[in-house]
Amino acid sequence: MTFHQRITSMHLDVLKEIGNIGAAHAATSLSSLLGKKVDMRVPKVEMVSFDDMMELAGGPENVVTGIYLRIEGDLTGSMFFVLPIEQSNRFIRNLIHDDTFDFQSPSISELGISAMQELGNILSGSYLSALSDFTGLKIYPTVPALSVDMVGAIISFGLVELSHISDYVIVIDTAILEDDLPDSESVRGHFFLLPDPESFDSIFKSLGVS
Amino acid sequence: MITRQVVKVGIADMNIVKSPDSIRTSGLGSCVGVVLYDETMKIAGLIHVMLPDSSLSRTETVNVAKFADTGIPAMIDQLKLEGVQPFRLKAKIAGGAEMFQFTSNKDTMRIGPRNVAAVKEYLLKSKVPLISEDTGGNSGRTIEFDPSTSLLNIRTVNQGVIDI
Repeated sequence: MTFHQRITSMHLDVLKEIGNIGAAHAATSLSSLLGKKVDMRVPKVEMVSFDDMMELAGGPENVVTGIYLRIEGDLTGSMFFVLPIEQSNRFIRNLIHDDTFDFQSPSISELGISAMQELGNILSGSYLSALSDFTGLKIYPTVPALSVDMVGAIISFGLVELSHISDYVIVIDTAILEDDLPDSESVRGHFFLLPDPESFDSIFKSLGVS
Repeated sequence: MITRQVVKVGIADMNIVKSPDSIRTSGLGSCVGVVLYDETMKIAGLIHVMLPDSSLSRTETVNVAKFADTGIPAMIDQLKLEGVQPFRLKAKIAGGAEMFQFTSNKDTMRIGPRNVAAVKEYLLKSKVPLISEDTGGNSGRTIEFDPSTSLLNIRTVNQGVIDI
């Protein structure tokens, strides 16, 4: 039996809980950084083709602010924090107190880039440390890297490792949004956690699900 | 009136198109878009290559379009079925960027340049001349090839649009 046939709905529930705990901690961190209320959606766990993965993030040509990091340790995989440009602009303007900051301007200020990297660092750190506490697994994230570009170009990079083994990916997708804005894709940031296939066993075992 | 269609090619996928239609793939990062075309027959194939070599694959069935070494010969075979003479084929390629700057020199981190090198190697092996390329850098690309003009249109987020 291949790996994907062994995944049951109970397994998917466990993964949902992981997304829930991780993103809840990240949303709390974001909320205290920005001094405003941040909401999160119920996590989605899906097994999708690479093309469908791009669609989850708004289609391959959608231009976004993307933070990427690799996870090493007991659990390995890729993690993305993907924000619509407008949303990341609002966050960074708020953080560096500069209303003119724009990720789409030809010369982006160093301070803004550095603030975005730090934001990525803090949020992925809260997500992953919550995940580590919950599962008891050791998780070592790499330093997050930042890219403002087409989401297809950004996410395909995180699929490289996995594409040796599979044409599908299990993605744990949690959306966060600002409480004071109407909910739409344009204000929704996504955490995408893509565990490497061999890591699912470690996750399930750590939580007593075989 | 002739309506032009744009055939879309997904990630690790390939397809063929004839004039007046054109063929397109979106959001190339470290992946490489390989266009093989015949100017006289105005026909072109596009492969969205994700990895350099199928020997890296650990899946039960190999998706030939995912790899440079299997995708290029498979595309040539498909074009032959359309009546193309392989010696007439030419190539244009784009992609192979490094989207993130890492200090790590782990192999998968340098996948863009490795994809470009593998594509060139297998084009050479298949005796298909490489006419032009837009590779490397650190920007994502969306490309569209028009077999009636043999031009490859490349769009990036920050550097605008070019034809090669």
